[in-house]
Amino acid sequence: MWESFLEFCSWFFVTGDPLIYGAMVSIALTMVAIVFVLTKYKKWGWLWREWLTTVDHKKIGIMYLIASLLMLFRGGVDAILMRVQLAFPNLEFLHSDHYNAIFTTHGTIMILFMAMPMMFGLFNMVVPLQLGARDVAFPFLNAVSFWLFMFGAMLFNLSFVIGGSPDAGWLSYPPLSQNEFSPGPGQNFWIWGIQISGIGSLATGINFIVTILKMRAPGMKLMKMPMFSWSVFSSCIMIILAFPILTVTIALLYLDRFAGAHFFTMDGGGNPMMYLNLIWMWGHPEVYIVVVPAFGIFSEVVATFAKKKLFGYKSMVAAVMGIAILSFFTWAHHFFTMGTSASVIAFFAITTMLIAIPTGVKVFNWLFTMYRGKISFKQPMMWTIAFIPCFVVGGATGVMLSVAPADYQYHNSYFLIAHFHQVLIGGVVFGYLAGIYYWWPKLFGFKLDEKLGAWGFWLWNIGFYVCFMPQYALGFMGMTRRYYTYGWDYGWESLNLVSTVGAFLMGAGFVFQVWQILYSIKHGERDTTGDPWNGRTLEWSIPSPAPFYNFAVVPQVKETDDFWRVKEEKANGTYKEEPVHLEPIHMPKNSGLPFIMSVFWFIAGFGFVWEWVWMAAIGMIGVFLTMWARSFQYDTDYYVPVDEVRRTEASLGRVY
Amino acid sequence: MANHGNHSSHAESHGSLKSYVIGFILSIVLTVIPLVLVMNPLFSKTATYITIMIMAILQFVVQLFFFMHIREGEKPRWNVQTLILGLFIVLTIIGGSIWIMAFNV
Amino acid sequence: MQQVAKNHEHGHAHDHEHGHEEHEQLKVLGFWIFLVTDCILFGTLFATYAVMNHSFAGGPTGAELFALPGVIASTFILLTSSFTSGLAILAMNKGKVKELIGWLIVTALLGLSFIYLEVTEFIHLVHEGATIATSGFWSAFYTLVGTHGLHVSIGLFWMLAIIIQLRRRGLTPVTRRKVTTLSLYWHFLDVVWIFLFTVVYLMGVM
Repeated sequence: MWESFLEFCSWFFVTGDPLIYGAMVSIALTMVAIVFVLTKYKKWGWLWREWLTTVDHKKIGIMYLIASLLMLFRGGVDAILMRVQLAFPNLEFLHSDHYNAIFTTHGTIMILFMAMPMMFGLFNMVVPLQLGARDVAFPFLNAVSFWLFMFGAMLFNLSFVIGGSPDAGWLSYPPLSQNEFSPGPGQNFWIWGIQISGIGSLATGINFIVTILKMRAPGMKLMKMPMFSWSVFSSCIMIILAFPILTVTIALLYLDRFAGAHFFTMDGGGNPMMYLNLIWMWGHPEVYIVVVPAFGIFSEVVATFAKKKLFGYKSMVAAVMGIAILSFFTWAHHFFTMGTSASVIAFFAITTMLIAIPTGVKVFNWLFTMYRGKISFKQPMMWTIAFIPCFVVGGATGVMLSVAPADYQYHNSYFLIAHFHQVLIGGVVFGYLAGIYYWWPKLFGFKLDEKLGAWGFWLWNIGFYVCFMPQYALGFMGMTRRYYTYGWDYGWESLNLVSTVGAFLMGAGFVFQVWQILYSIKHGERDTTGDPWNGRTLEWSIPSPAPFYNFAVVPQVKETDDFWRVKEEKANGTYKEEPVHLEPIHMPKNSGLPFIMSVFWFIAGFGFVWEWVWMAAIGMIGVFLTMWARSFQYDTDYYVPVDEVRRTEASLGRVY
Repeated sequence: MANHGNHSSHAESHGSLKSYVIGFILSIVLTVIPLVLVMNPLFSKTATYITIMIMAILQFVVQLFFFMHIREGEKPRWNVQTLILGLFIVLTIIGGSIWIMAFNV
Repeated sequence: MQQVAKNHEHGHAHDHEHGHEEHEQLKVLGFWIFLVTDCILFGTLFATYAVMNHSFAGGPTGAELFALPGVIASTFILLTSSFTSGLAILAMNKGKVKELIGWLIVTALLGLSFIYLEVTEFIHLVHEGATIATSGFWSAFYTLVGTHGLHVSIGLFWMLAIIIQLRRRGLTPVTRRKVTTLSLYWHFLDVVWIFLFTVVYLMGVM
């Protein structure tokens, strides 16, 4: 009995690697510590009432943010481990299998479990406030989205201590990802972690589209909507059109693995290339899904810190909406070298080049907004200014890659690695960091410390160029991605060492940022006005942190940057005070169902991963029952009485 | 009570028995024609393919107009716009896949 | 409607109900967008089917195994159920709850017989030696047709839930919205089936 138990454990848990034993111990200790603290301070009820059951978009946004920073940490550790392994030739820090697992989880986590939730966090934190709305269109669904993401991410991350990490690359191309070459549950963890969180992403896409179309404050016509909300709209359109493709593609891959189907197999009429075709139909829009909101953030930040209206608002709207459509017509450029007809390659090369045009338009708009503005160099603006040259270079190397004959040289080389890190770090990460610094005071009521932030900023930026510029050269020198080691005779050692140093610099930048957050919780400059940056849009018209119902009175909008108009009119005395009439506010009730439903999804996912049909069945029945229960709930909302609104506002220093 | 009145008139515009019956009959006709064409080949294979696809699309249109009342609802009709965009992407997915994969089958 | 009128006696009730109705409209729009995502989902499955169309790998072909009579029966059954779910909406607009429930039950029974025929067909095909693991073609076939069947089955449970709620609560803005979205879903599934019938079965036997 004991023997077979031990045998089960050694099969169930990942064994044999000291790094992973270390991780297991630290995970166990962290869990014990969390349980201990919650129990000691009697915080379980608080956790359940205030966070696990919340449907408040701001709290959900904060939870997304915390989760994404944790994932950034894990993905970053993966990156550092890889860079250490590659620092010197013939190093034996990681063996090849472990290296494969790490580059797979690094890529998957950074895109799907770091960039996506950080983006959703920003959507949640900002969009309803910017639109003058009290919540998103479907608050309950919003909570479902978050918990699906969270449990999907947990399922994925579990793989490295239980069952083994996936190791077939971040997009898991078959035939490598098929049973034959990737036996065991690792690949299934990849499929189900993404599948579960992907359903959540899809729901968020629907939710924010309806929010933007239907919940804007009276008077805010679409063409008066702040730029960030436009970029969210564009991103959500891509989400609803692209994510179903991902759902189908990885479901088919799972059917190949689980049911012996022949979609992407080498035999039985399957075709691995069909997988590439499908996954990139999602994958290419996906990179625009994460980068377009960053463009929106830069637009807000540039206008605020240059104290000027955004230059070329209409062309900016056209550019982000154009990208939403164009991004669906470039997917084949990811597999030019796979072999298809010349006309296909020519078509996709041209569409890829075309997509650089709207992006170029935006860069000029930002530059012209800054032109002759009185720029104040606060943290959000620093990241924005750092972004522009970085993204321009990243975009230019992208155009180089789009030239199909040249792509045969660059394909899968470190040139490509450098390119996409430059657009994803320089564009997405810099953008989201700018956004987090910008809207942090609105969510938490204090600013993040400038000095520690400057350390973080410079370490990140210098580290970035030190890390990735050598990789362009390494690509030209013939180094291809996913090599776990190389010999002295290749001549790659010095550039690789430099690159590793850069990775550590970026890691140090991240440490400074964590320090900055912890320091600022106590010592950060408090925001008492609700408008710490002299902002232009509606979110700055309410107190910081925003009350749970956001707006005591729904604002009447007349212009783009309406809050700026109000401030100007007040300054020159033309502002007409309108009589304020408080009314009861309609709010959704908290619910535990999203959490419970996601737990069942997790159970089902775990069952699917191990191909334990009984467990998957239990989970799916649970999911079904929670949905059934929700359908029978009619008492889902309530009204906040006027007195309570008045009291809350008074406590925030606003008298009605 | 103004809201009340509005609502019932709005509700009544959701099609009448007549429009449902017309839609149903059209659907049946549009199902029977391709069936007959396939069972007793009158045209060439390609012509039949095209005809039955057109019949399917027409039936889709019939359902949209007579059953799903796509013409109704307040303007702007975001649902229709999303649907058109979605169908455009569906065509891209199917057409693009066939085009790209034609070389590799 | 009756419900609304009664509520008017209480202070804010009018505004509240109005708010509700607006919110129900949001849900209908959200559901439309969900249907568009479902279109993409089926579109991807159709694309896969189209690419795998001739990947028989030496196994049986569609033309050899498809039995059209059963499929024709299911087509007309689903078509009729789409019509009866429309009649349910008509009954709802006239405010006749019993008639509405009656038509929903008819629709559900038709849906159930559709599922019965599909399961029978799958069993028949498996006996003939065409399983999901037989070839790329059959993998694509079972996934495409099966996904549609799964949608119909989920729709049946949903219909059951709504029938129970209608019996308990009668017609309110919320139950109205639920019947509206359900019927949209049902018409959508009928549309998907038309294309399945045309592309998979009709073109398959040619």
